[in-house]
Amino acid sequence: MNINTENIEKNRMNFWEKIYLPEIARGLGLTLKRMFRPKMTRQYPEERWDPLGSYRGRPVLVDEDGKERCVACGLCSRVCPALAIEVQAAETPDDKERFPAKFEINMLRCIYCGFCEEVCPEEAIVMSKDYELVFASQESAIMNKEQLLVPVAQLQARLEFLRRYR
Amino acid sequence: MPHIYIDGKRIETQSGKTIIEAAYDNGLYVPHFCWHPELSVAGNCRMCLVEVGLPKRLPNGEFETDSNGNIVVSFLPKLQIACATQVSDGMHVRINHDKVIKAQEAVMEFLLINHPLDCPICDEAGQCKLQEYAFNHSRGESRFEETKNHKDKRVSWGPNVLFDAERCISCSRCIRFAKEIAKQDVLTFVQRGDHVTIKVQDGAKFDNNYSMNVIDICPVGALTSPDFRFKSRVWDMSFNNSICMGCSRGCNIQIGVRNNEILRIEPKTNMYVNKYWMCDYGRLSYYKKINENRVTNPTIKKNGVQIEVTWDEAISTAASILRKYKPSEMMFIGSGRSSTENNYALARFAKNVAKSMNLDYYERIDQTFADDFLRTNDLNPNAAGCRSVGIVPSSDKFSLKNIPENIKNGSIKLVYIMDEDFDLDEKYIQALQNAEAIIVHSLNHSKLTEIADVVFASSYFAESEGTFVNIDKRVQYFEPALVTSENLHRMGMKMSRLDKFGAPNDRWTQKELRNCRPAWKVLNMLASQFSVNFNYNKAEDVFNDIAHNIGQFNGMSYRLLKKHQGIILGKASNPDPVLHNYESHYMKPN
Repeated sequence: MNINTENIEKNRMNFWEKIYLPEIARGLGLTLKRMFRPKMTRQYPEERWDPLGSYRGRPVLVDEDGKERCVACGLCSRVCPALAIEVQAAETPDDKERFPAKFEINMLRCIYCGFCEEVCPEEAIVMSKDYELVFASQESAIMNKEQLLVPVAQLQARLEFLRRYR
Repeated sequence: MPHIYIDGKRIETQSGKTIIEAAYDNGLYVPHFCWHPELSVAGNCRMCLVEVGLPKRLPNGEFETDSNGNIVVSFLPKLQIACATQVSDGMHVRINHDKVIKAQEAVMEFLLINHPLDCPICDEAGQCKLQEYAFNHSRGESRFEETKNHKDKRVSWGPNVLFDAERCISCSRCIRFAKEIAKQDVLTFVQRGDHVTIKVQDGAKFDNNYSMNVIDICPVGALTSPDFRFKSRVWDMSFNNSICMGCSRGCNIQIGVRNNEILRIEPKTNMYVNKYWMCDYGRLSYYKKINENRVTNPTIKKNGVQIEVTWDEAISTAASILRKYKPSEMMFIGSGRSSTENNYALARFAKNVAKSMNLDYYERIDQTFADDFLRTNDLNPNAAGCRSVGIVPSSDKFSLKNIPENIKNGSIKLVYIMDEDFDLDEKYIQALQNAEAIIVHSLNHSKLTEIADVVFASSYFAESEGTFVNIDKRVQYFEPALVTSENLHRMGMKMSRLDKFGAPNDRWTQKELRNCRPAWKVLNMLASQFSVNFNYNKAEDVFNDIAHNIGQFNGMSYRLLKKHQGIILGKASNPDPVLHNYESHYMKPN
């Protein structure tokens, strides 16, 4: 089969770019210029970064008055594209009728997309600012309800962000 | 025969039928809440409003036509409810029309005024008619800004039904079911207007044998089952078709499974057997037997203790035990709980390989169980199938009921028991203690597995496919719902979402994966130890063998059984017609 093709590569570089040396000088010039500008790098372990409310870190459960807001509806589990969340509901005598007897997020599966937070009808699961996630084993990467619960006071930045922009 | 036109489509129907029935008979859909094909017409939800009209006639009796030659129809100015309007010849009905759609939207807005919209915590969500219609037939917004009515939640109607008055849309299906089908007329509306709610009469309990059917027919989540409540969301479960093994009626069921565990059993429509219903016993009793206390690996008894072994070792041990005894000293016990395929394989093994004619099965009769609706006294789901494939004693002397004497006087030394645990009769277990050798296929650990020499981990229901023959001689096919290490590679898309996509390091897939096999497969392997080749690779091979060799099954196949929802023995050439079935419950994803 014959297809008429056109070589667009041949027009990609002009003469000065093709002879290479002026471009080397230009690149070195840029490096030199950067040396006299303020530094962007952070001394990470000592200097920590505090993300803004819009940052999507480790998903956590909102702990309000010592109890989770979650009603174990399972929508986060359903929407999770990576199947990271497992919820098992159980009945409680409270008004909300059900609560998560088991709520586990497999942090090895989680892709930090934030769909769980978006779909949650109770604003019970939100993305926190935690970004330092290191696990020694596959088992320890599965976080249970106790590990996931975070007091609502620590999540104000994210909740404020959601209120404004969602 | 009168005919009507629904949205311009000509439909043949019978006089006396209502519009909704005529539509359903032809596979057309009219939205509805309160109408149910097996219940009387209440006409109170107003969801099935349709536009009805008759052709205009000229004074000479001819149909009036417009300039294009089409018949002019004069539609009634007010919409009619399709569930209570009878068809008349030449009637025109419009379902998908602006006026009808507007009416449906208005009805939905009214129904949703006091509905709490708590779908995230409602068990019905995902298979809820109201939810479905709110999506399909509603404007998606409400003009009602006042506070909603609050009513009682978690009211217990009886041992198996919980009522949430807030979610109720007062369709009265449960009231009519109690009165007309369950014949326990204890439910009634109380109060009026938006305070209307349903109550059980003072001092009474809604506790009949069929009470849980109201949970299925409830179009919303007002009625829930305390047994299932909050166990799983419906979209996380797989639902596979099966046959109830509670009694010999053979009700068609669907088995709801998540994480390789049966969570719920619900009826599946089969107008020839159970219609839309099943009894509470079938829903609640035996599924626990399949979830718990299972024999997960074949075992052999060494020094009085059961030791788990591989299949090959268990089978060669069983073969060496079988070789020790004369054919007349063996007794083979089939099972009315096991599929026809398993029983046929056992009969074939006993007659052709072991050359023994001592065959019988355990009749499980409970004279108090039957009622005048679905339940029968014979608690074996497949007693008829068992008999029809030849599990019958050759003489009365060597029948099951004489086994205690036969073991005592030494005429029977080896007992081969397939899928039976004699749970209703201690006396057989006592008698079997004295047998020289016992080989058992068993689902659960029981007293019988303790005394057996070889125990094959069995999967005769929910984990394997097969057929049951019910009390009316109807052969019905059931498919597997659970995964075993043997059928894992074939279950594939039949598994629930989580089970399907789980990896070995996910915790939700850590549920027991049992190494159990259906009896026909074990007997196939056992026969090859005696240099007899059964050539069975799948259950269908066994069934085809039955269809070929046993006259009553001639002409049957799994494909035909599935298509016709079961075929009566001997009627494969003239099966019941295929009907337009629809589920009383909204169908769920998967």
